[in-house]
Amino acid sequence: MSLLTPDSGLLFWMILSFGIVLIILSKYGFPVIVKAIEDRKAFIEESLNTARQANEQLANIKEEGERIISEAKEKQNAILKEALKEKEHIIEEAHQKAAAETHRQMEEATRQIREEKEKAIREVRKEITDLSIAIAEKVMKEKINRDNSQEEIINKLLDEMSFNKS
Amino acid sequence: MNRINYKHFKWLLSICLLLVSFQLRAAEEELNVQEVVFSHIQDAYTWHITEWGDHEISIPLPVIVKSQENGWHVFLSSRLHEGENYQGFSIAQEGDYAGKIVETLSSGEVVRPLDFSMTKNVCGLLLSCTLLSILILKTAQWYKKHPGKAPGGFFGLIEMVITYIYEDVIKKNVGESYRFFSPYLLTVFFFILINNLLGIIPIFPGGANLTGNITITMVLAVCTFIAVNVFGTKAYWKDIFWPNTPIYLKCPLPIMPFVEFFGVFTKPFALMIRLFANIMAGHTIILALTCLIFITASMGVIINYSMTVVSVVFCIFMNCLELFVACLQAYIFTLLSASYIGMARIKD
Repeated sequence: MSLLTPDSGLLFWMILSFGIVLIILSKYGFPVIVKAIEDRKAFIEESLNTARQANEQLANIKEEGERIISEAKEKQNAILKEALKEKEHIIEEAHQKAAAETHRQMEEATRQIREEKEKAIREVRKEITDLSIAIAEKVMKEKINRDNSQEEIINKLLDEMSFNKS
Repeated sequence: MNRINYKHFKWLLSICLLLVSFQLRAAEEELNVQEVVFSHIQDAYTWHITEWGDHEISIPLPVIVKSQENGWHVFLSSRLHEGENYQGFSIAQEGDYAGKIVETLSSGEVVRPLDFSMTKNVCGLLLSCTLLSILILKTAQWYKKHPGKAPGGFFGLIEMVITYIYEDVIKKNVGESYRFFSPYLLTVFFFILINNLLGIIPIFPGGANLTGNITITMVLAVCTFIAVNVFGTKAYWKDIFWPNTPIYLKCPLPIMPFVEFFGVFTKPFALMIRLFANIMAGHTIILALTCLIFITASMGVIINYSMTVVSVVFCIFMNCLELFVACLQAYIFTLLSASYIGMARIKD
């Protein structure tokens, strides 16, 4: 049957045209397409990887930021605490200084008062001595005059003196 | 609802009109189904398009023959119309060379000259090859013009098919050296596919039954045979002549080596017959179903009409099936070729 017998003419043309098509397509057709597709695939994969990395980095940065913020907060807290402490310390010191100053001033005052007092006492004494000498002088003078009046004078003088002293 | 009914009515009317015209035409002569079917399946020296009344519309194709007596002859096939004789050449009506050009020598002996005519199949082949080349080269050009981009539309479809064949068929079956064989396998796939699809189209540019022609499938199978055996590894040849079977199966009588060696030829042979038989059978069935209308023309109007409906329905079904088979056979040929090549590329 001629259906099953190959025809020489068609065989020739088939080998010729299929060969040419095969050569053309395997040189300029399919490798170009396949390469383009594979390149694109590689590009897409690379892009996806880059995106993933960027995402990871972003997450890292976020974490880092959060960490930094929390660290900063901690630092802030610590600083605040320190400041508070410092404040209290300063106040305390001021208190102490003030107390010491007061104490010193008080002491000074007492000392001055004492000195003043001593000085006054010394002056009084001197006055008394002077007075006594004067009185004694006067007494001595009066004795020469009259006895009764002597006593009177002395009392008067003493009264005066105690009045002066107070 | 009304509109749909109207639509249906229009369809029915047009089918009835078609039937009437068929009826008129078909009743004129007795039909030789075998002749009709074979004339459509086989090669021809003219590209028959249709008949308009008594006038045949066909494209005459160049005949290129080498006479045994006086060298090459090139002329149009219209000179050989209806068994005419031109310079000693004529188309044989019967005998071993029925339908082929024969030469009547001066001694009266009838011989077959060396025939390189551009027959219907050759023209169809050139057409499909041109179409295929343009298609693939245009796609390649698109990729060159748009680097790094994904095509849409038609090129996207081609890319999808190429990716599928390349990734799922070639890469998986051929193995390591898939890059070397992929252009051949892809070419084979698209060549078979485009010829199958063009073969289904019944009107002029299509209709050449190429992949249903044993010559075409033979060349493809031989190409696969060469690809398998020329690039076969040592392990492949060792498996053929000294297969891994019990020693008594190969030592005194080389039974297994013989079977294996036989297999080297049966594999491409099966490829050849499978593609040829599938496509030819599909075309035969469609043609036979179409002939059913004309056969039943003489059996009365009712039978003819009902058979026409049956025939049209079956033809639609068969055409859908053919469309599927066209893709499937291209896929199977590529898949089997790839796996044969893969088997020949094993390394121990």
